[in-house]
Amino acid sequence: MGSMKLVINGQAYNIDASPDAILLSVLREQLDLTGSKYGCGEGQCGACTVLVDGKARRSCQTPISALSDKSITTIEGLAKGDRLHPVQQAFLDEGAMQCAYCTSGMIMSAVSLLSFKPNPSEKEIVDYMQGNICRCGTQPRIIAAIRRAAAIERSRS
Amino acid sequence: MTTEPERYELRAPASYVFESNRREFFKFLGAGVFIACAASKAGAFQESGGGRRNSEELPREIDAWLHIGEEGGITAFTGKVEVGQNIRTSLTQAVAEELKVPVNSIRLVMGDTELVPFDMGTFGSRTTPVMNLQLRRVSAAARDVLIDLAAKQWGVDRAHLTASDGQVLDPQTKRSLPYAQIVQGRQITQMLPAEDPVIPASDWKVAGQPLPKVNGRDFVTGKHRYPSDQALPGMLYGKIARPTAFNATLVSSDTQAAEQLPGVIVVRDGNFVGVAAPSSALAEQALSLIHLQWKAERQPSSAELFEYLKKNQSHEDREEGPAAKKGDVQKALASAAHKVQQTYNISYIAHAPLEPRAALAEWNGDRLTVWTGTQRPFGVRGELATAFHLPEDKVRVLMPDTGSAYGGKHTGDAAIEAARLARAAKKPVKVVWTREEEFTWAYFRPAGVVEVTGAVDTEGKITAWEFHNYNSGSAGIATYYDIPNQLIEFHPVKSPLRQGSYRGLAATANHFAREVHMDELAHASGVDPLEFRVKNLKEERLRDVFVKGGEKFGWSKPRAKNHGYGVGGGYEKLGYVATFVEVAADRGTNEVKIERVLTAFDCGAIVNPDGLRNQLIGASIMGLGGALFEAVEFEDGRILNNHFASYRVPRFRDLPPMEALLLDRKDQPSVGAGEAPIVGLAPAIANAVFDAIGVRLRGMPLGPPLVSHGYHFG
Repeated sequence: MGSMKLVINGQAYNIDASPDAILLSVLREQLDLTGSKYGCGEGQCGACTVLVDGKARRSCQTPISALSDKSITTIEGLAKGDRLHPVQQAFLDEGAMQCAYCTSGMIMSAVSLLSFKPNPSEKEIVDYMQGNICRCGTQPRIIAAIRRAAAIERSRS
Repeated sequence: MTTEPERYELRAPASYVFESNRREFFKFLGAGVFIACAASKAGAFQESGGGRRNSEELPREIDAWLHIGEEGGITAFTGKVEVGQNIRTSLTQAVAEELKVPVNSIRLVMGDTELVPFDMGTFGSRTTPVMNLQLRRVSAAARDVLIDLAAKQWGVDRAHLTASDGQVLDPQTKRSLPYAQIVQGRQITQMLPAEDPVIPASDWKVAGQPLPKVNGRDFVTGKHRYPSDQALPGMLYGKIARPTAFNATLVSSDTQAAEQLPGVIVVRDGNFVGVAAPSSALAEQALSLIHLQWKAERQPSSAELFEYLKKNQSHEDREEGPAAKKGDVQKALASAAHKVQQTYNISYIAHAPLEPRAALAEWNGDRLTVWTGTQRPFGVRGELATAFHLPEDKVRVLMPDTGSAYGGKHTGDAAIEAARLARAAKKPVKVVWTREEEFTWAYFRPAGVVEVTGAVDTEGKITAWEFHNYNSGSAGIATYYDIPNQLIEFHPVKSPLRQGSYRGLAATANHFAREVHMDELAHASGVDPLEFRVKNLKEERLRDVFVKGGEKFGWSKPRAKNHGYGVGGGYEKLGYVATFVEVAADRGTNEVKIERVLTAFDCGAIVNPDGLRNQLIGASIMGLGGALFEAVEFEDGRILNNHFASYRVPRFRDLPPMEALLLDRKDQPSVGAGEAPIVGLAPAIANAVFDAIGVRLRGMPLGPPLVSHGYHFG
């Protein structure tokens, strides 16, 4: 065991865990941040996706030793107070969920995509989101939500 | 057609013990008006499982109740649960409509065995036809009670009064009285006979509207706590040491090293070996230090599956006689103008809900409380009571809205495991299955072999239909085509894998075999497949979805070169469905691509068109997996493809454009929609492939025979 500093959603935490502890477990078990989900533990489904320095990362595949001096954002840190992030708002507007267990990971992946591709084509969305599984079959709405979010962000900027 | 629960629904024992918690229940409610309604006959069906009765319980015919509190808050209670099918929203709409209150004043308590009336479970698409109706009845009754109270207070005839927006109104004097004020300081409990709701679908204001998911914000912010997110102070994380094969017996165990880890508890009880530790990492470490030896018999493998199913009928499980027997099939076959005899094979598939099975268990003396993801909270309560030799009133099961189920979460495995570990640890324990466990130790949609023989006369009318289903089940086995001579039979088999419910149950297998066979008969008779179906159908609503769907799809338009059209449909869970598919074959790449899908659907008066569309498209996408590539591979008691890397589920790149044609029948009762839309897709794809390239696919998944012809799905 050791102590490590992690910056999560703008807040610094001292984590008492071994360096090879997995970020997803640390978030869920030590920090009570349960918005990031366990879906497979193998990086195959995307339910655990968080942002590390703004880029999507599978938290179930990420040891905390890889994260010193990095900024981590989870679904809980996306809204600014009561104001939802445009991607969150777009998922609501499009009703892009059923059981919604994949939703956190979908939203985090979409935020990452839009950060370097503000106006993605449908194919670019599909290719980028290929690693995220939705078993309920809301993919067409998720694609629509990402396009809508891109439009909201353009209108806000 | 049958509306009885099917054999694989894993029936709950319908014990109903309420008395001991009743006081607590009213404490929970506080002052206000409490209304319970006796159910209709349809509602009573939900509780037809038998079982013991407690002499002091509330009448068992009740399946929903409602409370109007002093703050104006409405709480409705139901044993139905939310697994993503969006019934928290559609049931809220039902209450809002009949009680005349704003949607945001309603809270639904779902699937908490201490607070809600007994319910057999959330399956079989019963929520909309039964629970939605029942909540409307309760709400209408509550509205009448409130109007009565207001009439008494004002000293006027109740006939002059109306209700709107959470208030009783007197249009003559323009007076109004909010519900909260009416119930102030009162504690009224009324049991009322069920009467049909007074508001017809054509007059709905809130029901029938595309209301967004009521707690949607909790999901996009990560705030909602699924079963696997539940936590209690001092909670430990549990892991189970799984056998090396199904039906294995534990021969020897060495758990010493694991027991020496700080804070780790190891439990061995018969074949159950599990650990609990203060962190999941430590629990995993403990598990890795446990050495077990298992003994198992040789078991059948997926390579020999269909042969095995044909040879291993279970005579113990045999149902009484065929599902349908009329006329003289042999005679009709002998004199037929065209005859087709074929066999269709259906693989086992996994539900793979994105949230695996999970449970948090806590003991308080001899009282057990479990939070778990299940479609049968009362059934799981029964399983726990049996497992721990407890009366059911000592067990409480709560079901937080869950990360999907699709028929896969009927049993209480994780709940029992967590409770067993918690009892030993004397602390709350949470068990969350790994993906590999979910793919291995849950249960599967039954595989099946279906043999069909059909015959057609010179006019294109079907004269004979013989249909034998081995193992996959009897849901949707009856034909809805008008055929004078029929023999339809389900043959149970001793399944090599643990099998159970799945979205649509055996209806998917039976519709696949029937609708592909219909296509084969149409081609044998030289009749257009859509025309052939319509010609042999009497049921008007089913004809409608075929005809209107075909028009919208453009069935009569000529196909592009190397393109094919296919159709498949039927009647399932009280809904009428027809799915149309266009495929394109690329002679250069040998790829078959699904160009587009259209599903026409009639489920009566639509309660929430947006939720319905989401369910329908979702079922179609899920159906793509079973149609194109999902199949459980197993060998000698082990699952070979128990990861998402080896078990392919539909992903973003797999999706063709999909369209829904919703036929809103305001003159018909609302029925469920979560299951029926899955049944037409696989046969429609198979039939479209035949239309495009002349290759007949008779297996689910469709894949391998296509590959042997040089074609594959892109």
